Amino acid sequence: MRTASLASSWKKGSALAWVLPVLFLALFYFYPLGSILFFAFERLVEEGGESLRALNLAYLWRVLRFTVYQAFLSTLLTVLLGMPAAYLFARYEFRGKTLLRALSTIPFVLPTLVVAAAFNALYGPRGWANLVAVNLLGFEEPPFTLTNSLIAILVAHVFYNLTIVIRLVGDYWSRLDPRLSQAGRSLGATPWQAFWKITFPLLLPAILSASLLVFIFDFTSFGVILILGGPRYATLEVEIYYQMSGLLNIPVAVTLSLLQLGCTWVLTIAYNRLSEKVTRPLPLAAQRRVVSRLLKPHQKVFAFLVVAFLVVFQVMPLVALVGRSLTYAGWERGERGFGVPTLSLAAYQEIFINRRASLFYIPPIQAIAISLGYALATLLFSLLIGFPTAWFLARQQGSGKLERLRRWLEPTVLLPLGTSSVTLGLGFILAFSQPPFDLRASPLLIPIAHTLVAFPFVVRSLLPALRSIRPRYHQAAAVLGASPSQIVRRIDLPIVGRAALVAGVFAFGISMGEFGATALLTRPEFPTLPVAIYRFLGQPGEMNYGQAMALSVFLMATTGLGMILIERFRSGEVGEF
Amino acid sequence: MGKFSQLVRDMAKRIVLLVAVMLLVVACAQPAPSPTPAQPSTLTVMTHDSFAASEGVIAAFESQYGVKVQFLKAGDVGSALNKAILAKGNPLGDVFYGVDNTFLSRALREEIFEPYDSLLLKEIPADFLLDPQKRALPVDYGDVCLNYDRAYFAERGLQPPRNLDDLVAPEYKGLLVVQNPALSSPGLAFLLTTIGVYGEDGYLDYWKKLVENDVKVVNDWETAYYTEFSVHGGTRPIVVSYSSSPPAEVIFAETPVDEPPTGVITEGRSCFRQIEFVGVLKGTKNRNLAEKWIDFMLDRTFQEDIPLQMFVFPVNPMAKLPEEFVRFVVMPTETAQVSPEAIDQNREAWIQAWTETVLR
Repeated sequence: MRTASLASSWKKGSALAWVLPVLFLALFYFYPLGSILFFAFERLVEEGGESLRALNLAYLWRVLRFTVYQAFLSTLLTVLLGMPAAYLFARYEFRGKTLLRALSTIPFVLPTLVVAAAFNALYGPRGWANLVAVNLLGFEEPPFTLTNSLIAILVAHVFYNLTIVIRLVGDYWSRLDPRLSQAGRSLGATPWQAFWKITFPLLLPAILSASLLVFIFDFTSFGVILILGGPRYATLEVEIYYQMSGLLNIPVAVTLSLLQLGCTWVLTIAYNRLSEKVTRPLPLAAQRRVVSRLLKPHQKVFAFLVVAFLVVFQVMPLVALVGRSLTYAGWERGERGFGVPTLSLAAYQEIFINRRASLFYIPPIQAIAISLGYALATLLFSLLIGFPTAWFLARQQGSGKLERLRRWLEPTVLLPLGTSSVTLGLGFILAFSQPPFDLRASPLLIPIAHTLVAFPFVVRSLLPALRSIRPRYHQAAAVLGASPSQIVRRIDLPIVGRAALVAGVFAFGISMGEFGATALLTRPEFPTLPVAIYRFLGQPGEMNYGQAMALSVFLMATTGLGMILIERFRSGEVGEF
Repeated sequence: MGKFSQLVRDMAKRIVLLVAVMLLVVACAQPAPSPTPAQPSTLTVMTHDSFAASEGVIAAFESQYGVKVQFLKAGDVGSALNKAILAKGNPLGDVFYGVDNTFLSRALREEIFEPYDSLLLKEIPADFLLDPQKRALPVDYGDVCLNYDRAYFAERGLQPPRNLDDLVAPEYKGLLVVQNPALSSPGLAFLLTTIGVYGEDGYLDYWKKLVENDVKVVNDWETAYYTEFSVHGGTRPIVVSYSSSPPAEVIFAETPVDEPPTGVITEGRSCFRQIEFVGVLKGTKNRNLAEKWIDFMLDRTFQEDIPLQMFVFPVNPMAKLPEEFVRFVVMPTETAQVSPEAIDQNREAWIQAWTETVLR
């Protein structure tokens, strides 16, 4: 009897859990998107379809092909390079693990101009790598160049998204019972066979989930293509921006956005089909049994290689950026060689000051506070909405209607990620500048926009964990006399807890680094860190650049610390199973 | 029914309540809507990212008229203009500042402005007034010019180029970096310069020669100036920037310098003048205040604040320029001319032709 009532109460809960995400998406996604669509349509009718006629289909096809091509390559590379690190973090305990994981997550939140600056500080014409090559290794010409190329795009995409694979797959991997593959080994399988036949199929849901997110990010990539790829490469998103901002051609921009959205939609549905086939409830293992120390020599070598890769690839550009903000090369005084720069704290001396007494430049310390405020609000909103959503999506619904809703909602949740931010931003302006929802000057607009981006992440992080809970655990606990709240606290929370932390880290990070939507919606007197960085970068002068670098360092530090703090909860009640 | 279902129902109730509260908060967190036209308390100025002004100057206007000035910014000029076009007839603000001569015709065609014949216009040289109906009033201008690295040329005993013709000479091979006109406003200005100088028939040939001379194209000003330009860590000593960049280099130098590290090429119509306009947004309920604000922008206090805040020049000749501008700016005697109407009509075609010629 108990189990039956339990099952029905799950269903009842699910029946109500869909209300929140549906309301949220309806109000803050479909309503603004619909507004801009309607506007574009009205325009088209008014002018008799004139602006669409200008569309160069052959060119568009080229753009679409390149968009898919670079996204596919980037995703493949990201997953391949991320897997070893995911394994290392999931299975081994070593000194500096938390720090390294936090550091390798920081790139994810950096605005593109900052990443470009970091790459420039490292691989630029007079970056550190070239300084070393010329001064110490005796190169005549600086050997590294990393702009205006497909390589730059791929490197930047991996740099950005590696952490998605590390965290999503790593978290899942850390809950996989190692005894499964051990059993395989003892039955005579080679380690390679054990991985391909046992571990890999079990990991597949998480790998697919991570790949999908990475692909959508690369597919809608804008800043990386623009700044690092250079003018010869254009993705749909870049083309949308050009149509919108350069030609003021809203109908064409909206049409292209729809095309982009359609691709995301098709992809997500394909993913869902695939994912349902490969997902199964998992045998769970306690952390202490999964995680071990690095004992054997080959483990140490493996760990060394992975750590070295992460340090060189993910951490070095960040270090170079810090270095750039702390040094003075004397370029403005006419130094043009490859000399070694001197230390200078000038860029940091104005952290509490607004030197120009200008309305929209604020002391950096205030920008930090504003960013943190928005990020915490985003964390709260996206978890509040993400939890019931993931819970509703996790299982097939009993009633036909609800099941149909579930099947529709699952891909829909991801749509905001695949939507052009220029287009959605204008939609926001159009929808929320007039009654009934006049949010024109509301400080809530930014965390809401950030939540729209963060919430798909939260759902994606939670889903694999929720789905891995075997119904049997609930039944067993109920039979043993556990109260429902005990079941949630003792079974669901510990299993989902770690995934929730991953989700929280992403939500926090996304909000800290978001620039596109923020720039469109921000109240200029309350700039976030990325907005403040862009303002400094937009003006000539060494101090402007220096302060932009210093602010970037603050952004990195604040985000990194925030993530480490969130991860601290791991050691608390929620973290362990 | 067990306790669990109770728990779930409680949770659901709480969630529904929360949504209701969230929506309520969202709906109510607004400053009091629509101030009465009789005593407006807020003037809303729509503008782009690059707008800046001294706190004191804005405060002076606010206290003089007992009004709060609120600024709505939305990305670059194009995005900001889109925002105004979207809300045509029911404007989001009272005034729009920042449309430039490359977008002027489009903005006028979209009819987002109401005419306003400010008395201060008679102080302003007639060249700047591009709209005879006075819907868009000039506020400031900036010249997009080639900047060069003085130390680079001094070290090599090489004369910096004097005009566009020089740039295709072999001694300047591989020295120039420009921005993509499709995505960057100075990039478009430089394309227009070449059209102004060589005409619609000749500019593509000129660009072919530039490509042969190894011109580098990047998408944005930031990359051109801070990554590629040799003054800031790059390797190319000539870059498309502004005639006001040298004084900025002095003011924002990390250690005090006596003179800027950069020079500007001003001869042979090698600069393009960007003029920025302000206008009363059609349908404003604060017409009176909007006029006051425009007068304020054209008057000396604000005009003298412009150079050091936005690094462009005031259109009002009565405004005194700051010392750094007087010392370090060289004004081009003649700039390249392309009319706003021609830009509006041909922008897409020119950019497309340029793309085919330079990037393929």
